Amino acid sequence: MSMNRRQFIKIAGLSTLFGVAGKGAFEFLSPGVLDAAEHGHGAQVPEEPAEKAIRWGMTIDVEKCGEPGVVDKCIKACHSTHNIPDFGNSKNQVKWLWQDDYEHTFAGNENSYMDDHVKELPFLCLCNHCDEPPCVRVCPTKATFKRSDGIVAMDYHRCIGCRFCMAACPYGSRSFNWFDPRNALNEKEYNMEFPTRMRGVVEKCNFCVERLAKNQLPACVEAAPEALAFGNLADPDSNVRQILRKRSSMRRKLELGTKPSVFYLV
Amino acid sequence: MIEKALKGEPRYYMWLVFLLGIIGVGMGCWFYQLHKGLGITGMGRDISWGVYIAQFTYLVGVAASAVMIVIPLYLHNYKKYGKLVVFGEFLAIAAVTMCMLFIVVDVGQPQRMLNVLLHPTLNSILFYDMIVLCGYLVINVIVGYNCLLADASHRPHPGWVTPFIYLSIPWAVSIHTVTAFLYAGLPGRHLWLTAVMAPRFLASAFASGPALLIIVLLIISRVSKFDPGREAVQTIAKTVCYAMIVNLFLVGMEIFTAFYSNIPGHMHPLQYLFVGLHGHGKIVAWMWTAAPFAFIGVILLLIPAARRHHGILAFACASIFLACWIDKGVALVIGGFIPNPFDRIVEYSATFPEISITLAIWAIGALILTVLHKVAITVREEQAST
Repeated sequence: MSMNRRQFIKIAGLSTLFGVAGKGAFEFLSPGVLDAAEHGHGAQVPEEPAEKAIRWGMTIDVEKCGEPGVVDKCIKACHSTHNIPDFGNSKNQVKWLWQDDYEHTFAGNENSYMDDHVKELPFLCLCNHCDEPPCVRVCPTKATFKRSDGIVAMDYHRCIGCRFCMAACPYGSRSFNWFDPRNALNEKEYNMEFPTRMRGVVEKCNFCVERLAKNQLPACVEAAPEALAFGNLADPDSNVRQILRKRSSMRRKLELGTKPSVFYLV
Repeated sequence: MIEKALKGEPRYYMWLVFLLGIIGVGMGCWFYQLHKGLGITGMGRDISWGVYIAQFTYLVGVAASAVMIVIPLYLHNYKKYGKLVVFGEFLAIAAVTMCMLFIVVDVGQPQRMLNVLLHPTLNSILFYDMIVLCGYLVINVIVGYNCLLADASHRPHPGWVTPFIYLSIPWAVSIHTVTAFLYAGLPGRHLWLTAVMAPRFLASAFASGPALLIIVLLIISRVSKFDPGREAVQTIAKTVCYAMIVNLFLVGMEIFTAFYSNIPGHMHPLQYLFVGLHGHGKIVAWMWTAAPFAFIGVILLLIPAARRHHGILAFACASIFLACWIDKGVALVIGGFIPNPFDRIVEYSATFPEISITLAIWAIGALILTVLHKVAITVREEQAST
């Protein structure tokens, strides 16, 4: 059979298209099956048993955060645990846990007649691990996803760096690695237990999912248990539910329907 | 077919060399960006999309506008567009190619881009955007190439192409609607969170794309023997005019809704763009350049005597093209990020490498357009001489 140049290019082009779309089509028809086949059964993240639902959440006692040194030790614990780079400028800054004031953390809920003391208190900011996370909704590769325990997690190896999630997050909780983060880290202070990231991917607070797996509390909570509490919102008897019953609390930008899991106690 | 692009006058080659020069500089900057990271751009944690995504957004509109030639010709049998339709299709091909390149230079890990297809995510608008853009490119290549092939050998357009032509009409609407949904579906970005985003995108697209086509056709009629037809050009000009009026009307709707409701979140980005906010106003001069050009362009196109004068027509089209470009290619994306989620204002300026890369992609688009239109013109000239 003879084939001229044009026919050959046509066929080669079409087969490339189908070759690329092949796995996509498979995933489209039967999500998850392919991953199981590729990685073997053992590689799957163990699911929590259904009868014991877990929904992780955090409470932040703002008044306690105002005591000297509390906020700083939380931030320090988080940064050293997760190898957070410091680029030394606000444009390229990577933020997992940081502080701001009431007026900006709760932008839109300003109250000019508020007690000056509250205005000056530090508010710890982090990923809210929303029940309805807009970042997960927009991610084109499932690189950011919500786990069954409510944690909004990141796969740094799948992220293409499109930054759609950063535009979608109404809390400014996501950071992009504009430069190589490893150049902005002190090698001697590496935490070898947690991976460093590469440039061109997005990252954020992960509620210390790697520590939870070892039955440890998140690093910030461990550093300041007097101010922060972490627990299961799905369990009516858990520490956080008991605190939320006793204290009045606020969450950021509730009107957007994201249902944050971080509660500020006032 | 493509060999027709290799024979040309010296000024044709000089134009190509000029474009290749710009592309060369931009390629160098892109390698620098790949090596260092996107931190070499003006983008940062607060303005996380910049001039790249803005150009992408604008050019999706230019691509979609080919449908303004296809609808009159194929749905209303407006024969005067018969010999223009391939020029519209080729403009769409150049524009979609530029869109794709702007995405490639904007993502942090371009080598992973196939993850969008390997892990198809049905809840992500970006997934659909990739599908519709690739599809639109394929449709336009099929239609443009086969119509031109038939023209060259003096045959009627093959019948099997017709379904693709009809498909291209809703498809063109879809690419710009889906692109608007990228923005309009995000909570907490007030400038973007509006139901008229997609209609406004389409209106400004159907103004700016045909305006560019008129400019290109006027240049072609000067540098070659191909005559696009006076009446055809006048009809496109009317399309530009009415689409731009609808676009300006929709801008007015946005301004009314934000300011009469008096909701700060809705007013702040518009205040930032038009008058500046808390002492920040880098975009204000841009907006007050766009506004007069938009109105002057519309008025000139509304006056028949002005519209018929080719010099004035070219100026009016360039004004509208520029006004729409400032609106979508500068203001829309930046304005959406101001103020940031903490109600602070962080401004953005593009850097030299970022602008070089942007110009290079525009030059690649111009190169594709020049080569494709050169082929189409040669075919038309051969038709006329036989």
